[in-house]
Amino acid sequence: MKATSNEQALLKGLASNDSAIIEQLYKENFSTIQAFILANNGSYDDARDVFQEAMIALYEKAQSGSFVLTCQIKTYIYSVCRRLWLKKLQQLGRYAQPVDNLEETIAVEDDLEQHAKHDAAFAIMDRALKSLGEPCKSLLEGYYLQKMDMQALASEFGYTNADNAKNQKYKCLMRLKKLFFAQYNIGE
Amino acid sequence: MEDFLLLETIEKYLSNQMDAQEKAAFELVRKNTPEIDQMVVEHAMFLQQINEYSAIKSIKQTLTQTHQNLLERGEISNSENVSSSAKIVQLFHKYKRVASIAASIGGVIALFISGLALYLSPVSHSNQIQQLSNDIAAIKKSQQYQGKLINEVKSKLPAGVKFISGGSGFLIDAKGFIVTNAHVIKGTGTIVVDNTGKEYVAEIALLDKEKDLAILKINDADFTSKKSLPYSIRKSTTDLGEEIFTLGYPRNEIVYGTGYLSARSGYEGDSLSYQLQMSANPGNSGAPVFDNAGEVIGVLSTREAQLEGVVFALKSNNIYKVVNDYNASNDGGKDIKISTRSNISRMSRKNQIATLESCVYYVKSFDK
Repeated sequence: MKATSNEQALLKGLASNDSAIIEQLYKENFSTIQAFILANNGSYDDARDVFQEAMIALYEKAQSGSFVLTCQIKTYIYSVCRRLWLKKLQQLGRYAQPVDNLEETIAVEDDLEQHAKHDAAFAIMDRALKSLGEPCKSLLEGYYLQKMDMQALASEFGYTNADNAKNQKYKCLMRLKKLFFAQYNIGE
Repeated sequence: MEDFLLLETIEKYLSNQMDAQEKAAFELVRKNTPEIDQMVVEHAMFLQQINEYSAIKSIKQTLTQTHQNLLERGEISNSENVSSSAKIVQLFHKYKRVASIAASIGGVIALFISGLALYLSPVSHSNQIQQLSNDIAAIKKSQQYQGKLINEVKSKLPAGVKFISGGSGFLIDAKGFIVTNAHVIKGTGTIVVDNTGKEYVAEIALLDKEKDLAILKINDADFTSKKSLPYSIRKSTTDLGEEIFTLGYPRNEIVYGTGYLSARSGYEGDSLSYQLQMSANPGNSGAPVFDNAGEVIGVLSTREAQLEGVVFALKSNNIYKVVNDYNASNDGGKDIKISTRSNISRMSRKNQIATLESCVYYVKSFDK
């Protein structure tokens, strides 16, 4: 089944973090996943976590511009969730022979391997930022995540001018890079 | 200081903020100095990573927010019992009218036939299942022991009270919150007895007759709350065949029993319960059912009267439901927090029991 133009539009919306589109995707797909997880030894919390992880995996795929979905979004999300949940059940040492709701699935193993790599990098960056401490963490988040300019950051953090804030930012940045690459190299 | 400048230059270069002349000069430096070239590559990679981090972080926020919004508007459900998938919902909407007409015709016929059957059939046997609470007035315990207990109790309770029911219960929060069956609590007041025979006055914090669960709160100056509980309470369901064990008070002393989970539903398909294969006696009501890892999977409640060893236990996720009810209705007081970590999973069974023993209580209910 080829993705229709409507589905491509949904993917584009997801890639640009459009909350209306994400809500639509959420509404159309969550209850199927919830039913699947609940029927397979999971709880509501599990369903939420697995579903959100699948959405992130799809987001990562949608981000790389060359990506063309070869099936319906619904099928993709279901396949990813199914794979993720079976893996989780196996880790818990619990019975893992899924009750299928006659939904078709596609092979998503390669995509999930990619996603696991992204996820590991995310966790390393998260840990590095957390162990950085304040005000470094907020300063760098302000600059790189919220994309504030140096002038705004200086006044927000109470530096006398943008240059001082910039110096501080580079000091913090060097520490962050050190922390990040210390673990990231091992991970690769 | 030089490092900062270098980093700043690299960042400027990577974000295309240099003018042509500057850029050419820098590219020459880069070409001639391998170290700087390497730093540029490394920093480009780092910037890509932090941008990815930033993007995923914001999508995570959007997802959490969306989930919350949809939940508030009731467009998704947080129930544990959703069995319909989106497809089924669509079918349901499509055929709602036809189905409701068919159902009402069916309903009328069913009522008529069952009425007829009821009218024609002989009187059915009552009491197919039996609650496992102790009817203390009916069961004569040894005179000596009872005498000893009553003496002890007198110091804590108003005179002239009469015990009318009893069972087991277990801690769900180290602060002194105990869960038991609602049918264990037939009176208006309760006391609980621990495995060493010490008694504590407890108040009834919540009684949910529909789920057959009650929450008691130990309200006694003699009670010292534990630091934390050794076991957790399972939220999800349990697999068929899981080996289980229980600790309860069918007599005045704590008693251990084992068995296995034999069906995913309880008496006549009751989806709130499991069926277990184990022996249980009056007094076991309200006792915790543990799996091998020492996680609570249910609350022992009833048994089939005619069949030996067929016992029913309420599923542990019901505990979360009554605790949520309690926390919602409880303003000002301390909320119940259920521990989600079991730290006895690797112990031998004997050590598990030794650890768990002090968390299981003999619950007695009295009336004035």
